[in-house]
Amino acid sequence: MAEIEQKQVGKKGKKKGPKKMSTRIDLTPMVDLGFLLVTFFMLTTTFSKPQTMEINLPVKPKGEVTQDQENALKASKALTILIGKDNKLYWYLGLATAPIEGLSETNFSADGIRKVLLEKNGTIKNMVVLIKPTNDAIYRNIVDILDEMNISNIKRYALVDITPEELDLIKKYKG
Amino acid sequence: MPKVKIPRKSTTIDMTAMTDVSFLLLTFFMLTTQFKADNSIIVDTPSSISEIKLPDTDIMNITVTKDGKVFFGIDNKNNTREKLLDKISAKYPNLKFTPEEERAFVLTGSIGVPLNQLKGFLDLDENERKMYQQPGIPTDSTDNQLGDWIMQGRLSNPGVRITLQGDQGSPWPVIKRVMNTLQDKNVNKFNLITDLEVDPNKLKGM
Repeated sequence: MAEIEQKQVGKKGKKKGPKKMSTRIDLTPMVDLGFLLVTFFMLTTTFSKPQTMEINLPVKPKGEVTQDQENALKASKALTILIGKDNKLYWYLGLATAPIEGLSETNFSADGIRKVLLEKNGTIKNMVVLIKPTNDAIYRNIVDILDEMNISNIKRYALVDITPEELDLIKKYKG
Repeated sequence: MPKVKIPRKSTTIDMTAMTDVSFLLLTFFMLTTQFKADNSIIVDTPSSISEIKLPDTDIMNITVTKDGKVFFGIDNKNNTREKLLDKISAKYPNLKFTPEEERAFVLTGSIGVPLNQLKGFLDLDENERKMYQQPGIPTDSTDNQLGDWIMQGRLSNPGVRITLQGDQGSPWPVIKRVMNTLQDKNVNKFNLITDLEVDPNKLKGM
């Protein structure tokens, strides 16, 4: 297509005039340059936009929240998940002081916390999950556990600070 | 043996088609490309099943690295960064920036220096700035400069969306401090940047 061949219309006798030059152009350097630029743009481009997970935190209450207010939540409906060191997970049902189901250890796998969540979510109506990371927890644990909430379709959950009693529970559990 | 005559063929190939394709690709990439932000911070985000995509503009990003350093970044739509720097120097009267420093601030990606070092950081040569190990923005309750950045950033661009980008190994106390700071500034809705992971519920359906 780039090559246009001009056919000479036969005319009598030799025609004087400029020499007929070939209209073919060597495209190689152009292609070289083209591909160089393609490669450059391919390597510098960021294709996938990052995924995000939306999180809504409650409005910070004015003044101190008393322990009683926190306990106002029905103990029978509260499942507490503690996130410990080295991706360890602990959970219990009810209050820390008087648990309905005591502390047990689990992990982030599909057979671990997800099973517990699905099971409890099926039996307990309006279950509320309290997520309490210890200071040894890492960010991935938090995202993973929030993700588990989405997977298990649990609508009510909260990120709460851990209490000293619960830290003691973990310590005792280990010991 | 009879001689086999090989007909001589021209070695030139018609490049037109190839050129067409290559330039088509070139145009495509040129139009779709967004350059990777020039960031020296390395963050390996955790994965989640969330599939919400992040818009390109109106983003205020708080990055927390693996060792718990906090960085602040904001995109420069409608000169947000210039406005932000003006607002910061208005809030801290002893911080005055020259036009060169302002330009440097606009061009730099995420900021991770305390305010008292910001001027010195912006005075650095572009390459030096890249190499400079930024100590992170202070987030302690006594000197919560991150709160100021967030506040002034939101004032500079009221429609900004706030994202939190943490490394997989970022310690929880730092993340908690950042989240508390956000809550203090009445930001109760923000996005966590994650990688994509397959939803196990969807897998079952397949």
